[in-house]
Amino acid sequence: MRLEPIPNPTLARRIGLPAAALTATTLMAALLALVAGANPFAVLGQIVTGAVGSRFALLETLNRATPLIFTGLAVAVAFKAKLWNIGAEAQLYAGAIVAVLLGTGALGSPLVLPVSALAAMVAGALVLLGPVLLKTRLGVDEVVTTLLLNFIMLLFVSYLLEGPMKDPMGMGWPKSPALIKDARLPRIVEGLRLHWGFALALIAAVAVHVIERRTTFGFEMRAVGSNIGAARFMGVPVNRVLIQTALLSGGLAALAGWSEVAGLKGHLSQDLSPGFGYTGIIVAMLALLNPLAVVGTAIFVAGVFVGSDAMSRAAGVPTYIADMLLASALLFMVLAIFLVRMRVVRG
Amino acid sequence: MSYLVDILVSASFWAAVIRIASPLVLATMGELICERAGVLNLGIEGIMVIGAFTGWLAVYQGLPLWGGVGVAMAAGMLFGLLHATLTVPFGLSQHVVGLGVTLLATSTSSFAYRLALPEVTSPPKIVPFQPLDLPVLSDLPFLGEVLFTQTAFTWFAFAIAVLVSVILFRTPLGLAIRAAGENPSAVEAQGLSVSGLRMGAVIVGSGLMAMGGAFLTLSAFSSFFFEMVNGRGWICVALVVFGAWMPGKAVLGAILFAAFDALQIRLQQTPIGADLPYQVFLMAPYVLSILALILMSRRAEVPAALMTPYSKGER
Repeated sequence: MRLEPIPNPTLARRIGLPAAALTATTLMAALLALVAGANPFAVLGQIVTGAVGSRFALLETLNRATPLIFTGLAVAVAFKAKLWNIGAEAQLYAGAIVAVLLGTGALGSPLVLPVSALAAMVAGALVLLGPVLLKTRLGVDEVVTTLLLNFIMLLFVSYLLEGPMKDPMGMGWPKSPALIKDARLPRIVEGLRLHWGFALALIAAVAVHVIERRTTFGFEMRAVGSNIGAARFMGVPVNRVLIQTALLSGGLAALAGWSEVAGLKGHLSQDLSPGFGYTGIIVAMLALLNPLAVVGTAIFVAGVFVGSDAMSRAAGVPTYIADMLLASALLFMVLAIFLVRMRVVRG
Repeated sequence: MSYLVDILVSASFWAAVIRIASPLVLATMGELICERAGVLNLGIEGIMVIGAFTGWLAVYQGLPLWGGVGVAMAAGMLFGLLHATLTVPFGLSQHVVGLGVTLLATSTSSFAYRLALPEVTSPPKIVPFQPLDLPVLSDLPFLGEVLFTQTAFTWFAFAIAVLVSVILFRTPLGLAIRAAGENPSAVEAQGLSVSGLRMGAVIVGSGLMAMGGAFLTLSAFSSFFFEMVNGRGWICVALVVFGAWMPGKAVLGAILFAAFDALQIRLQQTPIGADLPYQVFLMAPYVLSILALILMSRRAEVPAALMTPYSKGER
């Protein structure tokens, strides 16, 4: 078996193969439903209805998509420069901590929201700055350092919530005090359970798109990602670009945590993120690292989670089916995208 | 500081060190084989989870303990095959595929656990590997407790490390595997298949990782719970770097690491533990791993073709 590049893949190939990846994921869902002893058609139907079947479901999906857009953008930006930031989870919590620090009375309206959002971004950027400096200065691989930082950050949050940041009125439960009203993100439309974090996420996606396509930095970032040697040869300041990319990526991931606290939960607890940082990798890869497409894939991924929750309550298939499907979708999709440009030949 | 000395001279401390090191030794050897052949396997964390789960489930369903180890190995090899297929012949990003395999293996374990045991609230226990009771040896002062009352699984783990070292450095197969990670075109020139060697290394390495995970359920905790692997896989990736891709050094690294881990658990019960939040102690393993990576940066000889896909005929 040998691989052969396809110079000009046809449109059918470029659409057909990703579609095949999604079909394979759907078949996988049906198979898992059968394994769980449920009717596959009912399970698929319940996932779809549970995700988008009612106004309530749709808003729930969009709420769930909000942090995923931010972490998906964070990963997309970093991966585009081949900076392997697997630490979005840690950066997310850095943003969430800042939301509580500044949102529980330290600042009042109208300063609190913009200041705490910016401070959250700075905090997230700083969390990623360490690993990226270790990479550029000492050549330490950032995959492992960012992964390990996730565990360190979770323990730090646990310390905060049981110590200095513990809610004295929390009945002993490890959670932070609630944010003051001024520090909460309002709903976009009164009466609809969707907060401004979603709108901010859309704005962030457009902003990242503009940065990537319309600025020198964006060009340099893509150059570093596509061929680091060539970029260096062309005089691109590779290390500076990597550090700037890290700051942007860390800042975006932090907004996920910030908006979850300020928009949805109103306080920080240890279960704030059910792995939004890791799921961001799936969101970004399904979007082929395109920031605008991240919005769509984040809504899709959120829909799978929300729909599976609803389906699980009705059909009794474990909710972990969502995680399995999304991990499979990731692998199917990277293979499909590869096969768009390459074909397998005998010999 | 007298309590620190007390801890360091106690046999129970060193026995714990060897015990804590065992799963790390297995999984680190697994990762080392993969990387020596030129493939970074970030599926390790999830493969340890699937090993911990399947090994436990097999024994819970009535298989003997070693049968559970075998099942775990087979499950690990299956995910290794998935990883190897995508990263070797197709040459897809080892970062993305590795993380994908970790996510898939972890969620498969959670899904299957819920399916197998829908009702349980507390994780059911199995009867784990028991400490060996050897004539004379187990009764030796100090060494008896440290070495000869470990479980057979611990001995197995260290024996595997010796075996990996011998195969990698004393056999033609080992030479070929290392060459696949250093200079793949030279391997091809010898008429050997780079793809075959790399796939084999990833599959076997994944089997070892899964057995490392199974150690947790079958020899350490006796039940399976989510998040029990808790970053150990990532720590093993760091240990491979710390050990400069040498099995012996990696085992020493695992023991050193386990010593700090055993120490932090014991220090929590001393006056220091009363002064510091317990999370500081729990952070120690992760912080140490990062420090180890910093310490070894620029010193270690990275396999030259690590993370570089190879396709026939390319030079």
